[in-house]
Amino acid sequence: MRMNGKAGIAEPGPKPGIQDHSGQLALFMIAPAILYIAALIGFSFVMAILYSLSDVTTGDPTLRIVGLQNFSAILDNSVFRLALKNTFFFAFSSQILVIILSRIVATALMKEFRGKWLARFLIMLPWTAPISLGTIGWLWMLDSIFSPFDWILRYVGLLGSPGALLGPMQNLYWLGVPGLAMASVIMVHVWRLLPLATVIQLAGLSSIPRDLLEAAEVDGASPWRRTLEITIPLTLPIISIAFLFGLVFTFTDMTVVYVMTRGGPVHSTQVLSTWTFFKGIEGGDLAQGAAISLFLFPVLAGIAILMLRMVRKSEVV
Amino acid sequence: MARVEIRGISKLFGEVRAVDHVDLETAEGEFLVLLGPSGCGKTTLLRMIAGIEEPTGGDILIEEQVVTHLPPRMRNIAMVFQSYALYPHMTVYRNIAFPLRTRGVDKGTIREKVEWAAGMFGIERLLDRKPRELSGGERQRVALARAMVREPSVFLLDEPLSNLDAILRASAREELRQFQKRVGVTTIYVTHDQVEAMGLGDRIVVMSKGSIRQVGTPMEIYHWPADTFVATFLGSPPMNLLGEDDILTGFRPETFLPAELMTGDGDVVTYPFEVTWMEYLGAERLVYGNVGEKSHARHVVSRLPGSVSLPIETGRTYPFAVSRRDFRFFDRENGLRTDRSPA
Repeated sequence: MRMNGKAGIAEPGPKPGIQDHSGQLALFMIAPAILYIAALIGFSFVMAILYSLSDVTTGDPTLRIVGLQNFSAILDNSVFRLALKNTFFFAFSSQILVIILSRIVATALMKEFRGKWLARFLIMLPWTAPISLGTIGWLWMLDSIFSPFDWILRYVGLLGSPGALLGPMQNLYWLGVPGLAMASVIMVHVWRLLPLATVIQLAGLSSIPRDLLEAAEVDGASPWRRTLEITIPLTLPIISIAFLFGLVFTFTDMTVVYVMTRGGPVHSTQVLSTWTFFKGIEGGDLAQGAAISLFLFPVLAGIAILMLRMVRKSEVV
Repeated sequence: MARVEIRGISKLFGEVRAVDHVDLETAEGEFLVLLGPSGCGKTTLLRMIAGIEEPTGGDILIEEQVVTHLPPRMRNIAMVFQSYALYPHMTVYRNIAFPLRTRGVDKGTIREKVEWAAGMFGIERLLDRKPRELSGGERQRVALARAMVREPSVFLLDEPLSNLDAILRASAREELRQFQKRVGVTTIYVTHDQVEAMGLGDRIVVMSKGSIRQVGTPMEIYHWPADTFVATFLGSPPMNLLGEDDILTGFRPETFLPAELMTGDGDVVTYPFEVTWMEYLGAERLVYGNVGEKSHARHVVSRLPGSVSLPIETGRTYPFAVSRRDFRFFDRENGLRTDRSPA
């Protein structure tokens, strides 16, 4: 194009579109996320609060506000109190195990050894299968009569003969005895969350500069001291994130317990998420179900805030 | 204070010979510099002395004791890393105290020693800070203090100045040298920077491709290079090498001067110097050009001090001369310096 007489005034270029207004563009880009959160999380959250303050049931869906009546009713129920205790026990013990085991696995995977890819593949495998299917697999493995664990124990003489260490009966009834049922549920849940925690821990370990560990070595630190004073403090933020994430996940998930024991025997593995389901959906008392599911909300919100703080802290180091 | 002795040490990384049968011995309290281009094996050699890399063959002795397969903590050495490797989650105080705590020194002594080490490097006021709150120069001092606090018998440094800016580097070099002289600890220092090597070392070890090419004082290395590698690795610009038959003639750019300046110098060789390019650097002028006609390697450089104000223009030819005593001769076949001069 030729310059015309009015020097200094540029030829008009293409018209500015939405991509040139960062404010509008931002709104446009963030809208799907906001819509998604509002429709699928915000709406059901508000409904849950409303339900928990009402006397709505599946048979009578009219909303009548009755105040905090549902909360006092669920607190009076001994099953609820047991489920609350079980929830904390289940969540904390499984997550402590997950953190310790994932640490060990991640440390091993940091080293070079033959067949490392196979080990990594096998450890990651539980994460790739649908969790309900994996749990059904465990259900069969822990079957009252046909459990292969019982076969092995019988074979090595720990079970099923007079004077055996674990008793003279033919089976342990993994899911039929309260303590053992809880242990089984915890074990399967640990198996299921281990891959994710291992990946998180691996990321943490590989973010430590090699120099630092070598400097500690030259400074006279034994392997134990290097672990306790260098590796663990430096990966603490990321370990905490893995722990808190697992905690929230466990508080709110019901798959393993529901598939394996349905909360039994005699509510010994009942947790709040399964109890909500049984009360609210199967029992039809939507109001009490909502109250149970909201009961831990303050705790979970607190953990979530803590987690976000940790994320920020881990960025600084 | 201790001597370090290295006997036929080798290190293989797969097929690569990072260090190839190296023999080396330090004097007590000496400042020894390992100099070479990247990948020459100098850092690997240092890491083997420290004990963080296991040699494939050979032996390392510290204070007449074989330490080849001992872990670092049993060698009483200290090392400063290129990155400083300060522990980011500890304060400066805890960083410096760390090597003492690993040895189970009691709290009172630790406080005393940390304060002594911090005082030595002028970082007393930084003791409560975290490494990320420090400048590059301060971090370097903390790293030095942490290394010195337990009074090691050997002090190893891996390019400790390369992360500092140019001005800071010069003053840090001076401080490091004075400090080493004062404490008198045997020091092995790795660098690829010849200025650092020349300025710091009592002796310099020039390495290339895993082997030692020459060991000597800065003067020896610069003026009497053992081979063409040393001759061209040190000095900037490097030594000029003129190919004449099977003997190469070498001379430093600063000895190659306009013939009229060399009148008092008796025995000189004069070349017609065709100037092709010139760089004015303030304190000096670098003049690039060609000499002779029949020789193979004809490109040479002259380095004129700023005090020489003779007008020189590119594209013209001037008579330039070298004093015969500044000539060094090298065998073309193996690159080694030789006493034979070309016929």
